[in-house]
Amino acid sequence: MPRNPDIQKVLVIGSGPIIIGQAAEFDYAGTQACLALREEGVEVVLVNSNPATIMTDPKIADHVYIEPLNIEFVTKIIAKERPDSILPTLGGQTGLNLAMALNENGTLAEYGVRLLGTSAESIRRAEDRQGFKDTMEAIGQPCVTSKVVESVEDAVTFAEEIGLPVIVRPAYTLGGTGGGIAENEEALREIAANGIRLSRVGQVLIERCISGWKEIEYEVIRDGAGNVITVCNMENLDPVGVHTGDSIVVAPSQTLADREYQMLRSAALDIISALEIEGGCNVQFALNPDSFEYAVIEVNPRVSRSSALASKATGYPIAKVAAKIALGYRLDEIPNAITGKTWACFEPVLDYCVVKIPKWPFDKFVSASRKLGTQMKATGEVMAIDNCFEGALMKAVRSLEQHVSSLHLDSLKPLSMEEIRERLARIDDQRLFVMAEALRRGIEPEEIHAATKVDLWFLDRLQAIVDMEKRIASEPMTGELLREAKKMGFPDAFIGELTGTDHFAVKALRDQMGVKAVFKMVDTCAAEFDAATPYYYSTYDEENEAEGTEREKKVLVLGSGPIRIGQGIEFDFCSVHSVWSLKKLGCYTIIVNNNPETVSTDFDVADKLYLEPLTPEDVQNIVELEKPWGAVVQFGGQTAIKLTEDLTNMGVRILGTDAAGVDAAEDREKFDEILKMTGIEKAEAGTCFTAEEGRTVANRIGYPVLVRPSYVLGGQGMQIAYNDKDMDDYIAIINLASQEHPILVDKYLMGRELEVDAVCDGEDILIPGIMEHIERAGIHSGDSISVYPPVKIEKRHQAIIADYARRLAAALHVVGLVNIQFVLFNDKVYVIEVNPRSSRTVPYITKVTGVPIIELATRVMLGEKLRDLGYGTGLYPESPYYAVKMPVFSFSKLTDVDTALGPEMKSTGEVLGVDRDFHQALLKAFMGVGLALPGAGDSVLLTVRDEDKPEILPIAQEMASMGMTLFATGGTHDFLRSHGVSCARVNRIAEGSPSILELVESGTFDLIVNTPGHDHSHNRDGFLIRRAAVERSIPVVTAIDTAQAVVHAKRLGHRKQLHAVDIAGLRDETAFRINPS
Amino acid sequence: MKATLILENGAVFHGESMGDTAEAVCEMVFNTSMAGYQEILTDPSYAGQGIVMTYPLIGNYGVNREDAESRQPWASAMIVRRLSSRGSNFRCEGTLDGYLKAHHITGIHSVDTRAITRMLRDQGTMNGMITTEESPNLAEALRRIRAYRVLNTVERTTRRHIQVYPGAGPRVALLDLGVKENMIRSLTDRGCSVTVFPACTPAEDIMEGGFDGVMLSNGPGDPADNPEIIGEIRKLYDANVLVFAVCLGHQLMALATGAVTEKLKYGHRGGNHPVRDVSTGRVYITSQNHGYVVRADSVDPDIAEISHINVNDGTVEGLKYKNGRVLTVQFHPEASPGPKDTGYLFDAFVAKMKEGRDCAKES
Repeated sequence: MPRNPDIQKVLVIGSGPIIIGQAAEFDYAGTQACLALREEGVEVVLVNSNPATIMTDPKIADHVYIEPLNIEFVTKIIAKERPDSILPTLGGQTGLNLAMALNENGTLAEYGVRLLGTSAESIRRAEDRQGFKDTMEAIGQPCVTSKVVESVEDAVTFAEEIGLPVIVRPAYTLGGTGGGIAENEEALREIAANGIRLSRVGQVLIERCISGWKEIEYEVIRDGAGNVITVCNMENLDPVGVHTGDSIVVAPSQTLADREYQMLRSAALDIISALEIEGGCNVQFALNPDSFEYAVIEVNPRVSRSSALASKATGYPIAKVAAKIALGYRLDEIPNAITGKTWACFEPVLDYCVVKIPKWPFDKFVSASRKLGTQMKATGEVMAIDNCFEGALMKAVRSLEQHVSSLHLDSLKPLSMEEIRERLARIDDQRLFVMAEALRRGIEPEEIHAATKVDLWFLDRLQAIVDMEKRIASEPMTGELLREAKKMGFPDAFIGELTGTDHFAVKALRDQMGVKAVFKMVDTCAAEFDAATPYYYSTYDEENEAEGTEREKKVLVLGSGPIRIGQGIEFDFCSVHSVWSLKKLGCYTIIVNNNPETVSTDFDVADKLYLEPLTPEDVQNIVELEKPWGAVVQFGGQTAIKLTEDLTNMGVRILGTDAAGVDAAEDREKFDEILKMTGIEKAEAGTCFTAEEGRTVANRIGYPVLVRPSYVLGGQGMQIAYNDKDMDDYIAIINLASQEHPILVDKYLMGRELEVDAVCDGEDILIPGIMEHIERAGIHSGDSISVYPPVKIEKRHQAIIADYARRLAAALHVVGLVNIQFVLFNDKVYVIEVNPRSSRTVPYITKVTGVPIIELATRVMLGEKLRDLGYGTGLYPESPYYAVKMPVFSFSKLTDVDTALGPEMKSTGEVLGVDRDFHQALLKAFMGVGLALPGAGDSVLLTVRDEDKPEILPIAQEMASMGMTLFATGGTHDFLRSHGVSCARVNRIAEGSPSILELVESGTFDLIVNTPGHDHSHNRDGFLIRRAAVERSIPVVTAIDTAQAVVHAKRLGHRKQLHAVDIAGLRDETAFRINPS
Repeated sequence: MKATLILENGAVFHGESMGDTAEAVCEMVFNTSMAGYQEILTDPSYAGQGIVMTYPLIGNYGVNREDAESRQPWASAMIVRRLSSRGSNFRCEGTLDGYLKAHHITGIHSVDTRAITRMLRDQGTMNGMITTEESPNLAEALRRIRAYRVLNTVERTTRRHIQVYPGAGPRVALLDLGVKENMIRSLTDRGCSVTVFPACTPAEDIMEGGFDGVMLSNGPGDPADNPEIIGEIRKLYDANVLVFAVCLGHQLMALATGAVTEKLKYGHRGGNHPVRDVSTGRVYITSQNHGYVVRADSVDPDIAEISHINVNDGTVEGLKYKNGRVLTVQFHPEASPGPKDTGYLFDAFVAKMKEGRDCAKES
């Protein structure tokens, strides 16, 4: 069956902002699919609200819309572009739900748009709980005993029937949002109520609890002719009970005999055939560890996080193949890109072991509950490959960048045996380390198995690691022992620690004994065919397959590792664009990264891909083999920049800003010198180690002050201290971990925050644009609403900013990218910080200005001069379009996290609103984050701290004039009433029923404006209110400036009709503007 | 204990001994299945061969009685990257190492199996030796390695006596050329009564039994080494007997009807080989284990047509004979190990036998 010639123009819906449960994997899948479609001559129309993605680039699609992912906007785009088809299975649950909604409401029929791939009916049968159960029953596939209910009472009745505990799963939600295991009736009532509310269709599934069974997944593909194959199977180390996104996953399965493997494989193929899926599909099974009994847990009729992992684990490009199938091709008509000799119609085999470990945000959200269950909490993941499980596990652990390079966790060392035993029963992100610690202390694997249900095979492997630790610490170091340790993935530093030496000594010993990493190829076929695609992993074995390619300009590009708060998909955008630019400039590119969700770890992005941890030792192995001409560290976030000094020591030329420049920007004293030299002011500051010293500094420069540890990402641990008591508290928290570097204390300037990304060639600078933050300084830039071009900044201040940027870049000898943050306070511009690297704003500024920032940065790093590159120097002319970047949070997945914004970053993703009119852009951004702006008749709760009261007044007045009903707590209420704004008084929690909390819980309010105060009891009330609102999906605004933006967007955004903007056409418009002649 | 693997081309790999410590000289082949090592070991088709498992972690789920495909392991040796010291599975009855020792199968682990596989892929299947001798004489070893031939393997692996597996459905005569248990199970599970005959059984004996159909099993070695059996199979063909044949059986039927077989460079061994059913265009993932193949250009179109083709290399995977009575396939629809996607061929065989019975009744 060749390609269907009727398919000429296809709409692809992306997955929107990065949130927990929906991360970079859909950018990877979408990008791959868009390229696969274009390769077939299809015109691609793309919509995605997430500007940090690679897919929203004019290189990837013909028409790119960074617009809200809702029915209104996608309908506008369909009406404007008139695609003949839509591909619904690439944008995660968001894209699938949206496409289904457009199908159900008749939009697709109205515009004659056909759904490609799997039919709507099939999607419904896979997604709808009851439909799915019926289908499974019809083909004899066992499901877990369960029932769909729409009320809490029905849930309780059914649970009584099948017995507690039960699992609650809401229909149509992301990452299992709102689900959980209910041990008793009280818990069931709470979880069921929450789940029913969060489900798009108001349904939850109550099911028999099979916690402790093995969790096995199959990635399967089917074409329109009915050919079916399995790409990969995976086994979760964590048994059923932990969301697969929060589980440590191994590929292929390790503890299944062929009989079980084939039994589940056949079941998966029967299911995909019965559902008539055309494309990729994920099937999850629970397998009773003591029999052949199994149950189908879930089917995802689309590409998914697991399919991204399966693609990277096997080399089989699932999204690409799914896109080709959607066009009508059969599996045996699609070539296997890796071997170039075989076809997509075969099953990959692995000759290595793959381990995925989730990356959780608990290092940032110290107060969050670390408990893992059916609701996913991880923001990202790492993957590692080795030819044994131990090696892959150890690599994955150090890829997490948690200052942990082994299965040792310092915090577990002081625990007693009882406490360790107690911790074994607790399912949290540290369980892997707890199990290792238990083995280390002599607890038998059988006992650990009884407590955790983790298969004994895995425990046996952990035991092998622990035994190796003991051998290294006690036996003389022979070549054989060293080789064994390296085979198990022990890093030099850890071996050094165990032997009382250091990594230099271990490395020297390795060199002397010839213990060296070799590289093997990922080829989909276990070497059965000669493969053409250079995708490698390291291992300690005999034969090295990765020949150091002899090329003149060989460049190493270091990626950014797992998606985490503060370092998201935007750095993958930068890395990938840098690779593309380097290739264009004739360089041979080698990428190193460990994140399976990303485009950068797709085997055809760079000339060569090494899937490896981003630690100095792992990178050195590659450097020793490849001997690169240079390395690029600017685009991989903090992960890559951290390697600058090590690379320099390895003798690798750093392309762009060198190690000294990086250090000067990061080291407080050196940076102060630079400022002095350039005559640029920054807030008064000092450093301290103890609370007492901190108080001295603060009293000298005056409260409030910003307190933070040195060298952190995303403002981790940063707080604003208003008095000595705060200072004592914060320093105590920071000092919980011993600090190598002094704690920084800066005068807090509550002004307007501004930011630039600039390209500098060592002489000239190009500033594509200035971004202005809606919220004043004090809220992390990643959590602020950011506007380009600035709306409130006078030209003279813009000129000062451009001048400062030029001076700073020159003083730091920046070659390439620099990101500088400023604060405008009392008519004066101060610099806050300088990052000599790409930033999270680069992708969106690239897209709205049309300046190819990464390409320019890459060119200047290779020696070209800005003045020759056609985009001029200095401040680039403003775009005729406003772009409003708005943060997106995942608070509903993380219990016990305060939603109030502050200096520490909390958002997981972002959306962009683009329009010629600022307020319309703002409105689009609000729509993009899914915040329903209140209108006439809606109820708004205002409860603000004292210093915000004067500013809340005009906002309240405007709200009242728009017909909103206002509620306020004591102080706010009295203040508003005394200024003539009518509002209803609401009781504080302590003031009795109906209290503010009860009103929030009963859904009285449509919007809550709550600015956190400084006194702690007040704050606790606020915390409870904010959390209650999150649980009930009520929007909460915690900064006065955000509240004002809400009001302005509501009042001014709707003045005229909203239009969808094709940003692929923007560049031409901008180009026309700067070259009018 | 240390062990050494020496290949015919002079390559030497040092590893650790597993299983028996006796020297083994055999033909080295690689298998890409990620599970099913016990089925592979006990598949008589591997008689005289040493199996390199490309999947590096072997022995994870131990061994058990149910997964044996015949009465004993037939492979001469096993080569793995990493041997699991523990077997973890509810059916586990022992470790792989213990099993190899009990059956006197020599093995080696902790060698670079991917490097060995690449060598076999690039240079073709070759002989090799596993020895635990500390410093083996390489020249002497190579002389013996090169002299080795896989011979008389069908004779060694086939049953000595007729064995009957009762069933209420069609009666099948199965010629045991080195049969896997699951081929018999695939028939009995479908209700057949199966009578298994030793490989050297004369065709007349089988035909006298009044069976509804004959199945020619899989088996080891070079198909051309079996002239007597080929002669008997020719008689079955001439008598228009209903035949379904797999692997070696498929090759022998081809040879019996004038086609030619040849040795593949490194064979097909694994559970991921795509095969196209020419009549429907559907592609199925199959379990395979063969070093020889029927040459497509040697098939007389008046005798048979190619019914199944390997999607990867285009080799012959199945023949449908023009007499309408014989279907033979190169791959293993009985699986074990491997995918069960082509079980429909057994269904078709059983259906055809029933049809024959009904016809007989009517007439």
